[in-house]
Amino acid sequence: MKDNRLTVNLAGLKLANPTILASGILGYSAETLESIVAGGAGAVVTKSVGLKPRVGYANPTVVQVDCGLINAMGLPNPGIGEFVKEIRQAKKVLNVPLIVSVYGFSEEEYAAVSKKAADAGADALELNVSCPHVKETGSEIGQKPEILSKVVKTVKDAVDKPVFVKLSPNVTSIADIAEAAAKTGADALTAINTVKAMAIDPETTMPILGNKFGGLSGSAIKPIAVRCVYDIYERVKVPIIGCGGIADWRDAVEFFLAGASAVQIGTAIATKGSNVFRTVTRGLNAYLKRKGFKNVGEIVGLSHRY
Amino acid sequence: MVRLLGYHIATNKLRTTQIQSIKTETQTVKTFAFKDKLCAKAKPGQFLMLWIPGVDEIPFSILDAREDGSVAVAVRKVGEATSALHNKRIGEIIGIRGPFGNGFTAKKGKVLMVAGGTGVFPLLFLSRKIKPKATRLVFIIGAKTREELFFIDEIERFCGKENVVASTEDGSYGVKCLASESLELLLCKEKFDMIYTCGPELMMRKVLDLAEKHGIALEASLERLMRCAIGLCGSCVIGKYRVCRDGPIFSAQQLIKVKTEFGKFKRDFDGRKISF
Ligand SMILES: Cc1cc2nc3c(=O)[nH]c(=O)nc-3n(C[C@H](O)[C@H](O)[C@H](O)COP(=O)(O)OP(=O)(O)OC[C@H]3O[C@@H](n4cnc5c(N)ncnc54)[C@H](O)[C@@H]3O)c2cc1C
Ligand SMILES: Cc1cc2nc3c(=O)[nH]c(=O)nc-3n(C[C@H](O)[C@H](O)[C@H](O)COP(=O)(O)O)c2cc1C
Ligand code: FES
Repeated sequence: MKDNRLTVNLAGLKLANPTILASGILGYSAETLESIVAGGAGAVVTKSVGLKPRVGYANPTVVQVDCGLINAMGLPNPGIGEFVKEIRQAKKVLNVPLIVSVYGFSEEEYAAVSKKAADAGADALELNVSCPHVKETGSEIGQKPEILSKVVKTVKDAVDKPVFVKLSPNVTSIADIAEAAAKTGADALTAINTVKAMAIDPETTMPILGNKFGGLSGSAIKPIAVRCVYDIYERVKVPIIGCGGIADWRDAVEFFLAGASAVQIGTAIATKGSNVFRTVTRGLNAYLKRKGFKNVGEIVGLSHRY
Repeated sequence: MVRLLGYHIATNKLRTTQIQSIKTETQTVKTFAFKDKLCAKAKPGQFLMLWIPGVDEIPFSILDAREDGSVAVAVRKVGEATSALHNKRIGEIIGIRGPFGNGFTAKKGKVLMVAGGTGVFPLLFLSRKIKPKATRLVFIIGAKTREELFFIDEIERFCGKENVVASTEDGSYGVKCLASESLELLLCKEKFDMIYTCGPELMMRKVLDLAEKHGIALEASLERLMRCAIGLCGSCVIGKYRVCRDGPIFSAQQLIKVKTEFGKFKRDFDGRKISF
C-alpha cells in the first residue's frame, strides 16, 4: 500500500509531494517542464509571463557570488498570446498541477493575462509582484499594500482558479504585505522572490550586470526566506509556499517548521540537476518516518511552539 | 558526508583578464588570446562566456587552449558586441566565465569534419587533438565565398591539401556547391567512422540526415541564445535539452529526438520560436 505521508492539498491543488519548480527556472516550454516533473517535482510554476513579449536585459544577466547567484534577466517572455500554446501543450503532457506565473504593469494587465492563462488550462496563477529589477511591475507593486490589494482583487474577480501571490523580501514588513494579499483573497502566498543585490568588478570598477541591479538567490538568501515564512505564519492563515535557497531535505524541513505547506526550488537545479526534487522528497519522507509523522502537514509551523 | 555549502560552480565565477594578443585573420575575423587557468583546461567543443565591460557578454567556442594557461577565441564581427571586441587593443580588460558545456568525444578511426562558416573554430581545436589518434582525417569546409573560408590555409597545411574539400557558394575557391553536397559525394565513395559538424543549423540538419542514411555516427555543435550558461534560465533550450548544459555537442541519437526543432527553429530573446 502506498502511504501518503507527502501528499498536500495546496489551496485545492493536490500534490503528490510538496516540492515545486520555482518560476523563471527553465519554465519556458512544455518539454522542459516535463523534464522537471521527471526529476520528481510535485508541481511546476512557469516563467513569468506578461501581456506583451519582452526581450529582457542585455547580458551579463547572471553573476555568481560566493554563496548564491544574482540574476537580472528582465522578465524575457513571448507574451501570453504566444504562451497559451505552451500552457495547452503542458496540460497535455504533465501529470502534476501547472501554475502559471503572471506579471503586469497594471491591475487590468494582471487580470487579462491571468484570465488567458486560466482559460488555456492553468491550474493556478502565481502573481509575480516581487521581481526586484523591472520598473513599474514586480516589487514596485508588491511593496505597496493598497496597490497589491487591488491587483489581487481584480485577478480574483477575473478567474475562478486559485491565486497565489509571490512576495518580495525587499520590504520593511513582509507580514503586513502578506496580510493585505490574504485579506483581498489570495489563496496562498509564495515567500520569497530574490533579494535586491548587485556585484561590482574591481578591475574595471564597473557594475557587472547589464542592468546593474539584480536579485540574489540560492543559499545566501535561505535564512532571510525562513524568517519571512516564520513572520507571515504568525499573521495569516492561508498556506505559505517557502522558497529561497532550498538545496536538500534539511533546507526543506526548516521551511516546513517555519510554517510553509510546500516549497519551491530554483537555483539548486544548476548544481544538482532536476533530480533535486526527488532527493529532497526522499529525504523529507525519511525524516517524517523517523520522527513518526504521518503527513508532512503535521510539521508545518512546529517551531512556533517555542 | 560532506554537505555542499551554498551554491557554487567553480568555472562559473567571472574572472577578468587582459587581452594578450590579437591577430587579424580576415576582414571579419580576429583571434584574441588571453590567460585563463580554467579555460586553458577546456576540451574541444566547450565554450566560454566573454564579458565586454559595459557592452554585453556573449558565448564563444574555444579555439585553442594550452598548457601555459593561454586561451584563444576567434571572433566574427556581426553586431554590437563583436564589433566592440574587434575595436579592443592588447592589454584591455575582458571578463571570462567557463569553460561550459560537454565537448566532443574524441573517436579513433576514420574521421570527417564538416564545417560551415564560423563552425570551423571548434572543429580546428578538435582536429589538433584527435589527429594523432585518427587513421584518416578529412576536412570538409564550406562558406559563401573564399573570404569566409576561415583558417583554410592552416587547415590545408595541417591536414594535407588532398584531405581538404573546400566548397564555396560563389565558386571563388574549391568547388562551387554547399558543404553538404560535397559531403554527399564523398559518402558515396568512402565510408567513415565518425562525423563531427559545426556550422549553420540548416547545414547541420542535412549532415545529420546524410549521416543517418549512411549509418555513420555523428556529433554536432549547436548554437542557441546563451544567458546563464549553467542550465537555469531556459534561453537555450531545444526540446528537452539545454544547449549550454546538456550540449553544445549532441549526438545523432539525441538530435533525432528533437527532429521537429533541429534545423527548423530556435528561440529569440523573448523566448518566441523563430524559424531558420
Ligand atoms: C556555443 C556558442 C559558440 C559560439 N562560438 C563562436 C565563435 O567561436 N566565434 C564567433 O565569432 N561566434 C561564435 N558564436 C556566435 C556569437 O556568440 C554571436 O555571433 C555573438 O553573440 C553576436 O553578438 P553581437 O552583439 O555582435 O551581435 P548581435 O547584433 O547582438 O546579434 C547577432 C546575432 O548573434 C546572436 N547572439 C547575440 N547574443 C547572443 C548570445 N548571448 N548567445 C547566442 N547568440 C547570441 C543572435 O543570433 C543574434 O541574432 C557562438 C555562439 C554560441 C551559442
Ligand atoms: C535565473 C532566474 C530567473 C528567475 N525568474 C523569475 C521569474 O520570472 N518570476 C519569478 O517570480 N521569480 C523568478 N526568479 C526567482 C525564483 O523563482 C525564486 O524565487 C528565487 O530564485 C529564490 O529561490 P531559489 O534560491 O531556490 O532559486 C528567478 C530566479 C532566477 C535564478
Ligand atoms: S543559457 Fe541559461 S539555460 Fe542555457
